[in-house]
Amino acid sequence: MRMRRGARIGGVAVIAALALLLAGSTEVAANGERPASAEVKIDNFSFGPATITVAVGTTVTWTNRDDIPHTVVSADDPRAFKSKVMDTDEKFSFTFTKAGKFPYFCSVHPKMTGTVVVQ
Amino acid sequence: MAERKSNGILRDQDGDGIDRRGFLECMAWAGTGAFCVMQGGVLKSFCMSRIGELDATKMAGELSFVQISDSHMGFNKAANPDVAGTLKAAVDKINGLPKAPEFLLHTGDISHLSRPEQFDTVDQILKGASAKDVFYVPGEHDVLDDDGKQYLERYGKGTKGSGWYSFDKKGVHFVGLVNVVNLKAGGLGTLGGEQLEWLERDVKQLKSSTPIVVFAHIPLWSVYPEWGWGTEDSAQALGYLKKFGSVTVLNGHIHQTMQKVEGNVTFHTARSTAFPQPQPGSAPSPGPMKVPDDQLRKVLGITDVNYSQGQHALAVVDSTLG
Repeated sequence: MRMRRGARIGGVAVIAALALLLAGSTEVAANGERPASAEVKIDNFSFGPATITVAVGTTVTWTNRDDIPHTVVSADDPRAFKSKVMDTDEKFSFTFTKAGKFPYFCSVHPKMTGTVVVQ
Repeated sequence: MAERKSNGILRDQDGDGIDRRGFLECMAWAGTGAFCVMQGGVLKSFCMSRIGELDATKMAGELSFVQISDSHMGFNKAANPDVAGTLKAAVDKINGLPKAPEFLLHTGDISHLSRPEQFDTVDQILKGASAKDVFYVPGEHDVLDDDGKQYLERYGKGTKGSGWYSFDKKGVHFVGLVNVVNLKAGGLGTLGGEQLEWLERDVKQLKSSTPIVVFAHIPLWSVYPEWGWGTEDSAQALGYLKKFGSVTVLNGHIHQTMQKVEGNVTFHTARSTAFPQPQPGSAPSPGPMKVPDDQLRKVLGITDVNYSQGQHALAVVDSTLG
């Protein structure tokens, strides 16, 4: 029992540390010291979170966790970024080097939309 | 249901042999495997289980074709790990029809990921069908990454734009439309201005008595816009078809049968040969629906269409693979 509780607390600690690391790394990137990263998951034909705010220089990685392929395509003209089709568990990453609002969608299922806000 | 297999027309406003009640009764059965056929101006409905008792010559019109849809070759998840097997079962079903169809219509999502080997496998399996000609329109899964270049090279010879075209068979005018390219963020399926202009020109010279069959991947009516199950500019397309007395619209995309009649237009969606999708709004997303293994072939299927010259509506018959 003690072992189990210890393991659980350890798990929580690891998650907390990861969260800190992620949050911390974004801040560090704002100072240009270390590349930052952020994650968007695709579940049930939705981008989660649908709006994500990151610092300039952040690399955003999308992961498709659906049984159906999706894409991540900038809604701007000209397009700021465009993934190839992502099958289940495939990823796409893009590094945002300019501040601004970057709306995007899945070109296969255009009802799926999201926004990356770069500050 | 047997004693109710035929229904007289109560109120026949358009002189086309279809009244509202007759249609609705037909509709009520459609989901459980019934079909409607025009005979001598009278709409008749039959349970699928009684098909064997019917006279094949009465059932068979002068033009028979089969619609198949959404083969999704390459899909290998839990909802159906063997989409090649179920497509073969669909071909067996086609080959077992009382009257061999003259051709097949494939309403898109031939492949799951637009990969050459996925198209190759479908081509190979369909070679086993009694009908040798296959007319295609692309689904969104067939035009991934290359805006449909490969699709056009394989299936779009002689077509316009992103693959739209028309042809005539025994007095019926067929129009294949593409509503899966250049989709806009937040939107539905799209036909686009160039295709709409072409459609207007294409049907302009036809007599209003010409039966029209329009086929496209995404439904050309608003099935469930929340899931993208509709086409932004379909109303404009249908506007060009208003003068025609008989318009049949055949779609795929939603992996389940659904019908609607609006004036002289009958809308119909076909089952997939690969996997079912949930009814509109009944699940968190329209993703593949896992059913028990022994139920899978009961939710996959083909659509058999018959037309007799001089008669008004086409008989659209859905049947499952199991």
